Amino acid sequence: MITDISDVRKNTRLMIDGVPYNVEDADFMKPGKGRAIYRLKLRNILTGNTIDRTYHSADKVEQAHLTYSEMQYLYKEEEHYVFMNTETFEQHFLAEDQLPNKKYFLKEGIVVNAVMLADKPIDINLPNFVELQVVQGGVTTRTDTITAQMKSATVETGYTIQVPNFVKEGDIIKVDTRTGAYAERVSAKK
Amino acid sequence: MQRRALIYKHTRDFFHKEGFLEVETPIRVPTVAPEAQIVPFQSEEWFLSTSPELHMKRLLAAGYGRLFQISRCFRKGERGRWHNPEFTLLEWYRAGADYRQMLHDTEQLIISLATEHHLGLTMRYRNQEIDLTPPWPRITVGEAFRRAVGWDPIADPDFSRFDADLVTKVIPSFALDRPTVLLDYPATMASLARLKPGEPGVAERAEVFVGGLELANIYSELRDTQEQERRFQKEIEQIGQEQGRQITMPRRFLEAVSHLPECGGIALGMDRLVMLFCDADSIDEVVAFTVDTA
Repeated sequence: MITDISDVRKNTRLMIDGVPYNVEDADFMKPGKGRAIYRLKLRNILTGNTIDRTYHSADKVEQAHLTYSEMQYLYKEEEHYVFMNTETFEQHFLAEDQLPNKKYFLKEGIVVNAVMLADKPIDINLPNFVELQVVQGGVTTRTDTITAQMKSATVETGYTIQVPNFVKEGDIIKVDTRTGAYAERVSAKK
Repeated sequence: MQRRALIYKHTRDFFHKEGFLEVETPIRVPTVAPEAQIVPFQSEEWFLSTSPELHMKRLLAAGYGRLFQISRCFRKGERGRWHNPEFTLLEWYRAGADYRQMLHDTEQLIISLATEHHLGLTMRYRNQEIDLTPPWPRITVGEAFRRAVGWDPIADPDFSRFDADLVTKVIPSFALDRPTVLLDYPATMASLARLKPGEPGVAERAEVFVGGLELANIYSELRDTQEQERRFQKEIEQIGQEQGRQITMPRRFLEAVSHLPECGGIALGMDRLVMLFCDADSIDEVVAFTVDTA
């Protein structure tokens, strides 16, 4: 779909020379009486590399044509995360670099919404909350006590998170995937 | 919001003391100055004003020698960290003045506002001290481009890269510890300004930058009716061909042009002025409601 540059916002996805990019930042600048300049910071969705591009008013860009499929995360195989389409049972792979932060919320069996470009997944949308088990309770450092009674803990996916002091190893906690923050304890270890 | 109101009050005080008359001109107008890069909003068959310039000059031609106005203006599609489609311009005009005198007025206005805010001659914006001692450093467009990007837009006008180079390379090359005045624009980039005597190809236009923010645009006003009509006609044709927009010739304004005294005029972005004095990084912080929250 061809769109006018003025309609491009943060997180719009564009195809440039056959490569899909996510708009990380869009700056609108306009010298007095001059043409509008749009400076985009673009992240290559496939490799994670970022580039800067400058556009003028009235320039046209191509929006990436994306579809969405429900997929279940199966397991990690070397540098790849393996997913299965819940309707067709087809398997798909996403590289670790494509999920720099999201990988920390991928628990085996979880169902995600995969973003597809030409039948290949390029990104996933996670549920807003995931439940993860604490594998290491961590210690309460002195700074932690001074502040808000929080401590560091590690969950089963290897992610380190700030949790309240009462959370113990083996507890299941709910984590907000949008902010990466602790939400609540779901169940305490028996 | 309180500081904004205070800046308005001190601005009005400054102009009253200088003998200026505050005026109001129509917000909804039958036509606007034809400018390819400024797109007006339509209001039935008319437009919302993009700038009060044409009406203020008609008052000037009618004999009012010192005028100022704080007015709402509307420009379609202009939205960003420093832009909102509805914004506030401070314009003032002075008979007998040229762009240099208007620059002097600008320096005095900003210094007087800084004094009212107990800042003296130094203000702070985005963790940067700015020394306001006049005169502010002036640099011509030709010189600024030669230094920052190695080409001269006066000798070799290449408008395909002028604006992008200006905002991404030339403006960022200005020292931030002083305001900067960029002046003497290519003649084709100042449709309502007079040409510089002895320098064809250069218009008497200046832009003022403070803290990297473009604050104001200044002209020695053009008083030649035929020349003004010729420039407008060219712009109207270009707008029609490239954008399919119809703008009618501002006839009543053209009738007034020949009665204009020698004069200078300036448009200063009030929202940006408030940003400077509030140390705000975005226009959203200094207007109560933007186009996204209105």
